[in-house]
Amino acid sequence: MHESATRLLALYRTMARIRAFENAAEIASQGGVAAWGLSTTTKPALVRGPLHLSTGQEAVAVGVCANLTRDDLLTSTHRGHGHTLAKGANVNRMMAELFGRATGTNKGKGGSMHIADFSVGMLGANGVVAAGMPIAVGAAHALKIRKRPEIVACFFGDGAVNRGPFLEALNWAVVYHLPVLFVCEDNRISATTPTGPMTGGAGASVRADSMGVPGAKVDGNDVEAVDAMAARLIAEVRGGGGPRFLHAVTYRFKGHVSVDPAAYRDQAEVVAALAFDPLLIARGALVRHGVALQAIEAVDHEAKTEIDAAMTQAEAAPWPEPAAAYTDIQNTGAGQWR
Amino acid sequence: MALMNYSQAAAAALSEAMTADATVVALGEDLGRGGIFAQYRGLQQQFGADRVIDTPISEATIMGAAVGMALAGLRPVVEMRVVDFALCAMDELVNQAAKNRFMFGGQGRVPLVVRMPIGLWTASAAQHSQSLEAWFAHIPGLVVVAPAAPDDNYGLLASALESGDPVVYMEHKELWGVEGDVVPGSRVALGVARRLRDGGDVTIVTWSKAVPTCVAAATALSTAGIEADVIDLRTLWPWDREMVLASAARTGHLLVVHEAVQVGGFGAEIAAAAAEATGCRIRRLGAPRIPSGYSKPLEDESRVTADAIVGAVTTLLQR
Repeated sequence: MHESATRLLALYRTMARIRAFENAAEIASQGGVAAWGLSTTTKPALVRGPLHLSTGQEAVAVGVCANLTRDDLLTSTHRGHGHTLAKGANVNRMMAELFGRATGTNKGKGGSMHIADFSVGMLGANGVVAAGMPIAVGAAHALKIRKRPEIVACFFGDGAVNRGPFLEALNWAVVYHLPVLFVCEDNRISATTPTGPMTGGAGASVRADSMGVPGAKVDGNDVEAVDAMAARLIAEVRGGGGPRFLHAVTYRFKGHVSVDPAAYRDQAEVVAALAFDPLLIARGALVRHGVALQAIEAVDHEAKTEIDAAMTQAEAAPWPEPAAAYTDIQNTGAGQWR
Repeated sequence: MALMNYSQAAAAALSEAMTADATVVALGEDLGRGGIFAQYRGLQQQFGADRVIDTPISEATIMGAAVGMALAGLRPVVEMRVVDFALCAMDELVNQAAKNRFMFGGQGRVPLVVRMPIGLWTASAAQHSQSLEAWFAHIPGLVVVAPAAPDDNYGLLASALESGDPVVYMEHKELWGVEGDVVPGSRVALGVARRLRDGGDVTIVTWSKAVPTCVAAATALSTAGIEADVIDLRTLWPWDREMVLASAARTGHLLVVHEAVQVGGFGAEIAAAAAEATGCRIRRLGAPRIPSGYSKPLEDESRVTADAIVGAVTTLLQR
């Protein structure tokens, strides 16, 4: 197989694994999040907390992370399963975390919204929009002070560009000339409100440019395009060029959380967007590269099998002991809880 | 032993920590010229601008970047100028720094000292005068320290830097010039209070700038035959329950004094804990629930005075 076809197939494999993970987690969440008001069953969901799915946005996580090393650092958003998986986290431990089990990446203390795997440089999803941005530039600042070769990839959504930390963090990265790639994963919607009408000016890229952070806009559903652009920008960051900005435009296939049917969206828009499913686009490209359909289907099958096993393992995994609620908080004064 | 003021004592502790550990850095606005209270004087010249970092006026990112620095191998000291400005960095402190270790299942820790000077500061009005220690004592994951004397500022800051936990470190803006003897290399353990005066009639628990005021009040009470046990809490979380509750049980009377607004103040926590544990008689004394005014007659309404403390003790003992 040609080198570019081999790379694309590897990218596709990670996207397929993310898609399978999101689909499985979505099913496991049904019946949970009663607060959304849509719960139709009293059976407790296997994933009981809010689940922000990145279905449809896989190409951004995969195209960027394919250009990171294991030791590079990454900060993510509340919609962070894809980034975590693409950075190399173990899917069994990820699914166990969503299920709230002791064997999860966070010992069941964080769930989907705080999923993290520091062992692969993934410094955490975050429940607060734009909150990962100052953390990312701080981590990059530390890497620079410590004269380390690694870089930081900072994922955030289009909604984040309207929060103060966006401005502060971009400015900080420029002022200290830090090794950070900002990735605006623009799914065009802020929770349940379209971002466009809520945003002054021309949006993310123009704001970054105005602050002296060079970058580029890319079709975030085309994993080859994301991969190529991320490769270029990350090479510049690694070369000591300072911060760069990747504006990847994509589309969120699901609601804000898994039990949100997103009825507030124009169905024609959703149907049109589905035609640009990043997995479909990648499949087409694979076929054009001469990859056999069976090889592609085998990847899909392997991904499904892997995630099915993760679901089975997670459901069988032990719950945390209640005593674990009192650990990992602070050393000073540990034991004095009242 | 060296005579230092409260500000110099902190600079000495930080300088020694930075000398001993290359991962200790300080970041904040105007640190290069020594900080606005001279508490960083000479440090940038000594350690360079990479380790004593002048920052943009970006409180949220000063705090958030410090979290990222801590996760990537440094031990940052954050300067917020005054606690009032730290309010621009609440998500970064409360949701990020304090929660990081727990919510990520202990994968990382955030060794971080956040200095945010508190208190009335002559004619500084409503946005530069607050004492918000109770806010942070309420947050799981944070240590809260409020030193009142140069030796404690030296020993507590050194301990805070060594603790590995996120520490909210609250110096008082009207104490910078106070002088006292400091023993180089000394440490004050976090969570241990300091008895400033022995007495059997009433327990007075206090911290920060209210400490010298309480000592003055205790001296006045003594001339009237009332002996107060005066305890400087020094650390608000974890607080020294053992010393406070033993004293309250012994004297049977507890007065808690702080400069912060009395309503919802940390004094209420101590009062309630003492009531549950000892059944002692209790009074609290703090500022009225009013913003600090600019003009002296207005500002003085927020000040806790020695006379007011004497009055509160007298009432407590009469009841």
